[in-house]
Amino acid sequence: MTTKNSDTTNDIATKNSGSNHDNDRSPIAQRKFRMPEIMDAKDHGTSVKIVIDDNEMEVPFGTTILDAARLMNIKIPTLCHHEDLCVAGVCRICVIEIEGQRNLQASCSYPITQPMKIHTYSARVRKARRHILDLMLKHHYGECYSCIRNNNCELQSLAKEHGVDFYRFGHITAPKHQVDRSSYSVVRDMNKCILCRRCVRTCIDLQEVGVLEAVNRGNKTEIVTFMNMPLGDVVCINCGQCINRCPVSALHANDPRNEIWAAIDDPSKHVIIQTAPSPRAAIGECFGRPAGQSYTRQLNTALRRCGFDKVFDTNFTADLTIMEEATELLVRLEKALVDGDKKVVLPQFTSCSPGWVKFLEHFYPDMIDHLSSCKSPQQMFGALLKTWYAEKAGIDPKDIVTVALMPCSAKKFECNRPEMHDSGFKDVDYGLTAREMAGMIHEAALDLPNLPPSDFDNPVGEASGAGLIFGASGGVMEAALRTAVEIVTGVKTENIFENLEIMPVRGFEGIRYYEIPITQTAKVPAILSKALKAKSFDFLKGATLKVAVVHGTANARRVMEDIKAGGKFSHCHFIEFMACPGGCLGGGGQPIPTSPEIRKARARAIYSEDRSLGLRKSHENPSVIKIYKEFLKGGPCGYESHHLLHTHYLKRGSKIV
Amino acid sequence: MLASERDQLKTEIWEMARKYDHHRSGLMPVLQHVQRKYRYISPEAMQESAGAFHIHPVEVYGVVSFYSFLSTKPKGKFIIRLCRTISCEMTGKAVIARQLENDLGITFGETTKDGMFTLEYTNCLGMCDSGPALLVNDEIYTEVTPESVADIIESYVRKFGASVTEEKKHE
Repeated sequence: MTTKNSDTTNDIATKNSGSNHDNDRSPIAQRKFRMPEIMDAKDHGTSVKIVIDDNEMEVPFGTTILDAARLMNIKIPTLCHHEDLCVAGVCRICVIEIEGQRNLQASCSYPITQPMKIHTYSARVRKARRHILDLMLKHHYGECYSCIRNNNCELQSLAKEHGVDFYRFGHITAPKHQVDRSSYSVVRDMNKCILCRRCVRTCIDLQEVGVLEAVNRGNKTEIVTFMNMPLGDVVCINCGQCINRCPVSALHANDPRNEIWAAIDDPSKHVIIQTAPSPRAAIGECFGRPAGQSYTRQLNTALRRCGFDKVFDTNFTADLTIMEEATELLVRLEKALVDGDKKVVLPQFTSCSPGWVKFLEHFYPDMIDHLSSCKSPQQMFGALLKTWYAEKAGIDPKDIVTVALMPCSAKKFECNRPEMHDSGFKDVDYGLTAREMAGMIHEAALDLPNLPPSDFDNPVGEASGAGLIFGASGGVMEAALRTAVEIVTGVKTENIFENLEIMPVRGFEGIRYYEIPITQTAKVPAILSKALKAKSFDFLKGATLKVAVVHGTANARRVMEDIKAGGKFSHCHFIEFMACPGGCLGGGGQPIPTSPEIRKARARAIYSEDRSLGLRKSHENPSVIKIYKEFLKGGPCGYESHHLLHTHYLKRGSKIV
Repeated sequence: MLASERDQLKTEIWEMARKYDHHRSGLMPVLQHVQRKYRYISPEAMQESAGAFHIHPVEVYGVVSFYSFLSTKPKGKFIIRLCRTISCEMTGKAVIARQLENDLGITFGETTKDGMFTLEYTNCLGMCDSGPALLVNDEIYTEVTPESVADIIESYVRKFGASVTEEKKHE
């Protein structure tokens, strides 16, 4: 059996736009008007000699002063600048002095086109920076110690670095705006806003959702939603990318910590927490550790010491998700190929990312049939805890409080969806982000990295590496392939892919496409015999399984437009979509800050943890096999699992008023 | 807004957008048209324009809020904009302002109950040599005196029903 990887990411961009680089995040309508970005420094042709603070260097023509300074290890403070976003040049904190020029220049947006001498900390520069900070602080309401971002605030650290010891231009004493708490996920406190427009660039350019924008002008400028409507009422997908990029706490996640402490302190409540793989790979960053170290087993200890009664691994239901989703795909394929059913919709989309689900419901409501009906691992776990586990442990489900530690702010919205009550109760009571969890651990005065490691609780302690890699973009696809390929072909997946690593679906490219020809087929295993009519997978013989992996809703939009136009991606069978850039590990509930390097480090942590596990395929997880024997007796996509593990979606549309 | 009106608005916006190849640079003419015809840009109009130009409604809102000649609230048929910049201030803007408020029975920023007049301040009209200056829709009046204020208003009252905001032809 051979595998074929085609590098096709660019095709789609080319098709829609005429420009051929996949980083283009401009709206589709504008793409044909954009100049292609120069990706390689060599393409600039010429280079320019510059001197920054007595350091001489030759840089490619057009490099910004900030980039040049960073190449020389010279630090220039920034605020509105962010690696993931386009240049804005609005905060002016990065001003520098160029010899022979009357005005100071913003280094982040000044391209070097001629030899120049630059001073990054002259008296004029220091004074200007100080004044800029003083002006920002004048309108920045509140005190640092009552702020959720205390000690992790870019404005605070800039003020500290620049020695701000009094409010030169005064300080606002009363809030001007009401705090918008209408959204389940994101709290918008415009009293803290310093108008850096990172959220605007995140929402419009990076995610192409378009919730926030600067309105009015001059000193009346504000960042608002459409017609200043509450965040809960506009087309927001709750991905929380704006939270990750906000330098202050103008945008932060809806914090359920007090409710969770209250539940822990209530002796009649049985409080269970499930932990997802991404926060475990990132939470160390909140304790001063570098990105890229997993603290899974130390976290178990910390959670028990915080007072949670049971600590479970979400990866267990990630394995269940794979079983359900792979079965659903095979059922769809059987219906389409064997029964010739024209109503079957392919490609099937993954439904694990609640941000992506809401994105689809808003922007492509007529395509919700493509979504897998499987719930996300978080919701599956909640439904099982309040039914199967409650029965097994002999606890009244109304006394169970389920908390989910997630890398995600959209999970807070997802657990509050009215349809997520299949256990008869609210399946998941609270979604908790990695930042809030770190806060709880800090509050319990625990030093997470140095705690003794411990294991997850039974009865669902076992989880495979396939569930673990859900955290990285491409992980769901890889996990599904590990299972589906083995079931369909009967060949052990490790014999096809070395080390069980399906490299073509990994990585950080926005859109990835992969084809697997199916040359041999096997009999339908007993576990799927109820879901499928066929006795063997002969109907797939000679076919080519086409899959794609997409992360970031801007890329998702591109693929959706391609599917609508009947392009290459419409011939796919299965597409993984993640709302956040990088997948869950770059989620809106992860520690702040985020950057491409940090996301790469977190992915490394997840993949190396997967490599260290013995159990790496979902269908081999004994707990999964057991639960299908004991509880979900109809097998994957059977009656019981349909009731508890599957859901339906709403056609929301993008009309606001 | 009536359903038929909404349909009409939608058709107008999409037809104009087609002229500009649905490129976002065509947004301003569309918004100006909507402002002229409907005297304000409703949330529906903003959403429709956003759809026609493949941008987000909030971006259109940002544009509308940026320009003071575009508004999100209904304005009167005649918008009187009095220059508040220094030259006009020195030649007696305050008296004109008081006269306007008296004659129309509204304060600045308000619209008369019959929906005829809106009173606003504006920044420099470029008529600094012949202040105080004011603008009624597209027509400029210079060296306005308290006495001529009444005449100006009267001339527009007589024009009731006739639209001075007649649309220029778009090529």
